[in-house]
Amino acid sequence: MAAISRDEVANLARLARISMSDAELDHLAGEMDVILGAVARVQEVAGADVPPTSHPLAVSNVTRDDVVTPSLTPEQALSGAPASSEQRFKVPKILGEE
Amino acid sequence: MSIRDNAWQMAAALNNKEISAVELTNQHYEQINAVDKDVHAFLYLDKEGALLQAKEVDKKRAAGERLSPLAGVPLALKDVMTQKDVPTTCGSKILENWRPPYDSTVVTKLKDAGVIILGKTNMDEFAMGSSTENSAFGPTHNPWDLTRIPGGSGGGSSASLAAFEAPLAIGTDTGGSIRQPAAVTGTVGVKPTYGGVSRYGLVAFSSSLDQAGPCARTVLDAALLHQVIAGFDPKDSTSINQALPDVVAATKKLDIKGMKIGVVKQLAGEGYQKGVENKFNEAIAELVKLGAEIIELSCPNFEYALAAYYLIAPSECSSNLARFDSIRFGLRVGDDKVKSAEEVMNLTRQAGFGREVKRRIILGTYALSSGYYDAYYGSAQKVRTLIKQDFDNAFAKCDVLVSPTAPTTAFKIGEKSNDPLAMYLNDIATIPVNMAGIGGMSLPCGLAEEDNLPVGFQIMSPAMKDDRMYLVGGALEAALLSKWGKPILDFAPKLAGSK
Repeated sequence: MAAISRDEVANLARLARISMSDAELDHLAGEMDVILGAVARVQEVAGADVPPTSHPLAVSNVTRDDVVTPSLTPEQALSGAPASSEQRFKVPKILGEE
Repeated sequence: MSIRDNAWQMAAALNNKEISAVELTNQHYEQINAVDKDVHAFLYLDKEGALLQAKEVDKKRAAGERLSPLAGVPLALKDVMTQKDVPTTCGSKILENWRPPYDSTVVTKLKDAGVIILGKTNMDEFAMGSSTENSAFGPTHNPWDLTRIPGGSGGGSSASLAAFEAPLAIGTDTGGSIRQPAAVTGTVGVKPTYGGVSRYGLVAFSSSLDQAGPCARTVLDAALLHQVIAGFDPKDSTSINQALPDVVAATKKLDIKGMKIGVVKQLAGEGYQKGVENKFNEAIAELVKLGAEIIELSCPNFEYALAAYYLIAPSECSSNLARFDSIRFGLRVGDDKVKSAEEVMNLTRQAGFGREVKRRIILGTYALSSGYYDAYYGSAQKVRTLIKQDFDNAFAKCDVLVSPTAPTTAFKIGEKSNDPLAMYLNDIATIPVNMAGIGGMSLPCGLAEEDNLPVGFQIMSPAMKDDRMYLVGGALEAALLSKWGKPILDFAPKLAGSK
């Protein structure tokens, strides 16, 4: 049985906010199945007694003093935006008609 | 003075006023004009900015100002590092024409040191790949054989060095993207200890693995560049607040008598090309002649490193690449005032991302989803612990570890592009270093007898002991140079139009 179905891939694409054509979904479902079969090997050695490592360093939270430092101007911050107006990012509509 | 000289020789010529930074910069643009139509190492040339920088360095030198050792030497910058007002695409359509409003810390340090930034180099989209074929702007060609890949993801940086378009380059290494391109182009690439070079302004792929580092044609040049870009940066929350050991002095020492060098049993054998293993073993023989002690070691969990990597990196990438939402920067597709923000986002990401990036985002989304998290991402994190333990055990017995950098020499463009798993195997020897956050270097150790293409030798050193890989790399490079009689790139065929 396949590790992952086409419908599951379609759902993942929806969650990841990527439109996909039927041809893309067909292709990707097949590839995902092969890749998941290969990477599932990690389960062979991942015993309950092994602690997980999320990061190579023992990271701790880094904070700085709450003082004003130079930063981008609104024009600079908006310079790469596809659309802007009145010093703000312009977003397509987020509410439906109903 | 020739463009085939090493960066340290160029620096000396500049210092002795045998050549100006403007002249040296122009010579490199001439070479780029002559060969880059065939190599395609660069995505963007910033000639105006570079010459402005060069003039500034010349002026300071004429005024007798004290300059950094690499002031006036040109460099090629991987297109994943932001440079203010210069296009930064990461090899992706989604960032085509994006000009960042700020410099990455690496770029700030390069500019402060007077290093001349010639332009931005090609790469696999968002640094995902081992061949530079995943660039949305077409592949880069290996100067040794234009029908072959220059490695990846940093194939533009490695090819620019091998084609004498630049004597120095910056790469980034998440699973081998500095070291594998160095290996297949006969150049030197170093992945510093994680946290040793700031990630501020490095467009994130997998934040717990990404690390920028120096690329060059010699170990000494890499060391000089490493010193320029390393150091604590408060803008990177994972930056290590500790000084880089003196990697330049280590490179010049050339004495490895009594050093214990571990050969990892798991990074050899099946899947490794015969000529790669032969050249690796010949290099080991040189190290023995230099008085090093060779110890064979086992790192049993390295066998699972590739599988763990292809869960961890896609998981982190699926989260990091969520920022490409068509709102704040980059591409926007389908905004017809009728479609919703979500529809526009979906269409933009469909049009803007290439196949490999989509594959990894979907894989990462799966590995992190409830119900599968423990089995996939969680298990991969445990493997990461086991790999770290393998390294700790190995470094208790030896000073550095060594292996071939990549299992094969440069393969043909197109040969593996439709087989993701075959492509992923290129990183089998480089990935463990990233998982543990330690240092890794690749330097050339000869030409494989089957195809006369360069083979890379990998040296791995414990975290913040980067000087050790430079010590061994410098000594091995000197021994091989005297054996060959000339630098390895002198064996490469001359490119049409090349100086």
